[in-house]
Amino acid sequence: MQKMPQWADVFLIPLISLLIAFVLSGLVILAIGESPIEAVRVMVTGALGSTYGWGYTLYYTTNFIFTGLAVAVAFHARMFNIGGEGQATLGGLGVALVCLAVPWPHWAIALPAAIIGAALFGALWALIPAYLQAKRGSHIVITTIMFNYIAFSLLNYMLVNVMRPQGAMDPASARFPEGTSLPTFQDMFSTADAPLFRGAPVNVTFFIAIAACFLVWWLIWRTRLGYQIRAFGHSETAAAYAGISPVRITVIAMLISGGLAGCMAINNVMGEAERLVLNSVEGAGFIGIAVALMGRSHPFGVLLAALLFGFLYQGGAELSLWSNIPRELIVVIQALVILFTGALDNLVRMPLEKLFAMTRRTPSASAERKPAE
Amino acid sequence: MDFATILQILDSTVRLATPLLLACLAGLFSERAGIFDIGLEGKMLAAAFFSAALAAITGNVWIGLLAGIGASVVLAIIHGLASITFRGNQLISGVAINFLAAGLTVLIAQDWFSQGGRTPSLAGDARFGPLEWPLAGALEGIPVFGPIYAELISGHTFLVYIAILAVPTSWWVLFRSRFGLRLRAVGENPGAVDTAGISVVRLRYTAVLICGLLCGLAGAYLATGLAAGFVKDMSAGRGFIALAALIFAKWRPWYALSACLLFGLLEAIGNRYQNIELIGITLPVQFMQALPYILTVVILAGFVGKAIPPRAGGEPYVKER
Repeated sequence: MQKMPQWADVFLIPLISLLIAFVLSGLVILAIGESPIEAVRVMVTGALGSTYGWGYTLYYTTNFIFTGLAVAVAFHARMFNIGGEGQATLGGLGVALVCLAVPWPHWAIALPAAIIGAALFGALWALIPAYLQAKRGSHIVITTIMFNYIAFSLLNYMLVNVMRPQGAMDPASARFPEGTSLPTFQDMFSTADAPLFRGAPVNVTFFIAIAACFLVWWLIWRTRLGYQIRAFGHSETAAAYAGISPVRITVIAMLISGGLAGCMAINNVMGEAERLVLNSVEGAGFIGIAVALMGRSHPFGVLLAALLFGFLYQGGAELSLWSNIPRELIVVIQALVILFTGALDNLVRMPLEKLFAMTRRTPSASAERKPAE
Repeated sequence: MDFATILQILDSTVRLATPLLLACLAGLFSERAGIFDIGLEGKMLAAAFFSAALAAITGNVWIGLLAGIGASVVLAIIHGLASITFRGNQLISGVAINFLAAGLTVLIAQDWFSQGGRTPSLAGDARFGPLEWPLAGALEGIPVFGPIYAELISGHTFLVYIAILAVPTSWWVLFRSRFGLRLRAVGENPGAVDTAGISVVRLRYTAVLICGLLCGLAGAYLATGLAAGFVKDMSAGRGFIALAALIFAKWRPWYALSACLLFGLLEAIGNRYQNIELIGITLPVQFMQALPYILTVVILAGFVGKAIPPRAGGEPYVKER
């Protein structure tokens, strides 16, 4: 017997949590002497008012879908992969190595190879923490945090000492060859007399992200492996009793998670920058946490939450351009979303459960109700 | 490398280890009570900003220090609410606190000072100055001992000595006082503590508040002792290095001191030398930067002495009905 209907669990709680986070963000804007309504107006026109704005919104959305899915898959196995940032960084290294390896003739050939490179490097970066968690019991949260920093140092070393072209000053790789340039939405949807998405970085990777959502949904709810991951996440002992190897599931779930985070690099490194620079991930790995929490670890929820954060990101950039509010406002909103949809979940859940219990106090319901957790 | 250089490196080791040590001891109290805290970084950052901001406005570093501690404690209370009262995920709460601090500090700094997310530079009474120990000048002529006394022991700021003193104090509180015994018990087996008629919630809140206080000192030291003012993201991962030091020290105060000094030394060497020649191999500076994290992973993996966290860490306690 559930304490409340499923729609309340899936939609109502995240919505109320989000509302609280937004109201508090509004108060923050008020506190620094700006108008929240004006801020929302600037953000909506900036992010959604033109195809250019949409182009940036969807570009960010693509990043956040990958990192959100990465966190979500790990959540299903009850692991908190906080290392999306490092895995996406390494994914970028994989993409750059693939793109610079041969003079690719056409993007359609380069893209699958780059996807493999990105996923492989991202997955490898998640493999060591996963192995240590499974075999040696090292807490995966701590190891993945450490690996974020190690990844940054590694990339710094690679860019400064290895991949930097002769004579270049800034720590960045060489420009990728022409043949790796992914078609942007501008290339795909613009006509001669109606230019759309002009100058926006959104590219074909967006469709790969959507496909990744379907794949993850299919994996988690339609395959044996997905069932094992969920079973492991619900109860490790029960899963082990049913013959599911904890080591195998931990490692596989983290490999998938790391691979997804790594794939983000297709979008930002190959699609946008077309060369590897320092700190190209820009915190998207951490936003994945907020996205997965808000999306309740469901790929469709992740898609919606990623869209919301894509909007916030682009809107925030416009806001800092046209008003006195710095871009860090988005970090505050992100923090509040993580706080209320993640850590303070019970703040909304407990009163709601009471409310639902009051509205249907039938004898069977109260008799069947589980004892307090 | 001559004696003067070694002394300079050791001197900056002490200064760089201080914020790590304070944050590490903060984490020690929290985690020994069973509350994981990956929000050390955020609490330090908030404290750094508010201490620098209030010191800049009032011109008095002590008011700044209080403000820093206050900000850190507020975040600690949020963490306590999320992880004790509402039994939320402590790790997620820590992540949220880190972002909250990273965003709010810049937002407020921009609103108050309009200098691109920084505070004005602090000078004079708005900063912790060095404390000269008695006879430091007079004894400097004595070879070896004189410079060590003058450079290494004397001439640090107030908070450095507080941090060093906090080590034996923490040890005594945790391992020799009744409160400490209970606090450690609540991190290992809260059920037993509850059975003994002691409030788990209260003990854990106390631990979280001590953690907030110490993080406040760490952050205030960053902005008003080590540097002269707040700049965006100035904690720069120190909260996580402190966390690493805590694991490295296996949740014990004296080992925490050694771990923080080691990590401080690594940072000091990394700051001074770009590349280090060691038995024919050149170690790049990036390797030095990553070394604390690599060492922590090795320790966590249990290849060199296993680090076992407090058993009830991360688990919200639910009283039986």
